Amino acid sequence: MVAAASKCRVCRGPAIIDLPRHNAHFCAEHFLDLCRRQVMKAIDKFDMLTTADRVLVAVSGGKDSLAVWDLLIDLGYQADGLYVGLGIGDYSDTSADYARRFASERGLKLIEISLRGEYGYDVPTAARATKRVPCSACGISKRHLFDKAALDGGYTVLVTGHNLDDEAAVLFGNTLRWDVEYLARQLPVLPARNGFPKKVKPLIRLTEREMAAWCIVRGIDYIVDECPMAAGNKHLAYKAALNAIETESPGSKAAFYLNFLENMAPVLAAATVAGTSASGSEALHACSSCGAPTTGDICAFCNIVNKASAHEPVPVELVMANGRSKR
Amino acid sequence: MKVLLRNPAREIELAGRRNVNALLAELALPRESHLVIRNGTLVPGDAELAADDVIEIRPVISGGS
Repeated sequence: MVAAASKCRVCRGPAIIDLPRHNAHFCAEHFLDLCRRQVMKAIDKFDMLTTADRVLVAVSGGKDSLAVWDLLIDLGYQADGLYVGLGIGDYSDTSADYARRFASERGLKLIEISLRGEYGYDVPTAARATKRVPCSACGISKRHLFDKAALDGGYTVLVTGHNLDDEAAVLFGNTLRWDVEYLARQLPVLPARNGFPKKVKPLIRLTEREMAAWCIVRGIDYIVDECPMAAGNKHLAYKAALNAIETESPGSKAAFYLNFLENMAPVLAAATVAGTSASGSEALHACSSCGAPTTGDICAFCNIVNKASAHEPVPVELVMANGRSKR
Repeated sequence: MKVLLRNPAREIELAGRRNVNALLAELALPRESHLVIRNGTLVPGDAELAADDVIEIRPVISGGS
C-alpha cells in the first residue's frame, strides 16, 4: 500500500481527508474534532440545545441523521431517536435495520412508528392517492409525525440531520423563485409555538461529504443507497449545481447559506414583522380531525391519511415508473 | 485495481496505478460528492492507489428535502 502524501493540518500525521473549503487536510482524530467544533458552534450561535434538554432525533438510517445522533451523544446531550417506517419497499426495511442496529449497539432508545401499521398507508400509495410527488407526501407525513412524537413524548427539542448541502439546496431553490415566505422561514432553529415543538438543525455547518466521512471514521453503518423515490427530484439537481460551483470555488456553499443567515435572514425577519412581506400570517387553528395546527379545516397529514388509507396499496415500482409524470 | 461503485452497485477493474483525484476524474465523478475508501479507510485526493488495491467510491448526496 502506498502512503498518502498529504499531512494533517493540525498534527502533520497522515491525512485521511482533504477539505478544499478549509484549504486543509486532516487525520481521523482532527477531522472528528473539526466536526465537533462545527456542531458546537452552530448549537451555541443559534441557542439550539442545552444538556438539560430532552432531545428527540429524527432518524432515517442514513448518514446525516445517524451522524447527528452520534455527535449529540458524543457531546454529552440526552437524545432518543425516532424512526418513521415509510413503507418504501426494501429501502425502508433496510434503513430501519441500520437505525435499529445503531441504537442497540449504543444502548440508545429508538421510537418506531409505521405509516402502514398505524395509519394504514405508505408513501408510494400516498403519492398515487393524493397525486403528489413522493417526496411531498413523504415530507408532510414525516413532519407531522415528528412533531406529534416530540410533543407526546415530552421532548423539548426535535433535531433533524439537515446539513449544509441540504440547506444550501433549499435556499438555492427558494432564491431561484424569490419565494420570500419560504426564505423568511429558512432558519436553523424554529422555536416552539402552539402545536409545534422547537426544531433545530445542528449540522448546518457541515457538508454531506463531511457527514459521510464522520460515519466512516466512526464505524457507523448507514444506508448508502439513495431512496428510490427521490431520483430526479429538484433538490438533487440543485445540489449538483452547487457542487459544480463548489468545485470551482471552494467555500461557496458555506458562504451562500451561512452569509444568508448572517446578512439576509434578519432583513427578512424585520420585513415580516413590519408586515411588508407576503409572509404567512394566516391564523392557525386545530385540525378538526387530529387537533394539529393547520390553516384549513383538516391538516395536510389527515388529508393524506383519508385518501391514502382508502386507496389500494401501490407498489414502489409502479410509482417509480410513472409517479413523476402523474403529478 | 478493483473499484466498487454505488447507486447502482457495480464493480470495475482498472489497470495500473493512479491517485484518487485522477481516478475520480477518469470516472467523471465530482470530488465534492464522493468519498474514496481503500480497505475500509478514507483516503484524500492526492493518495496514490496501487494496482492491487480494492477501492470503494461512495456517493454522499441524499435526495430528500
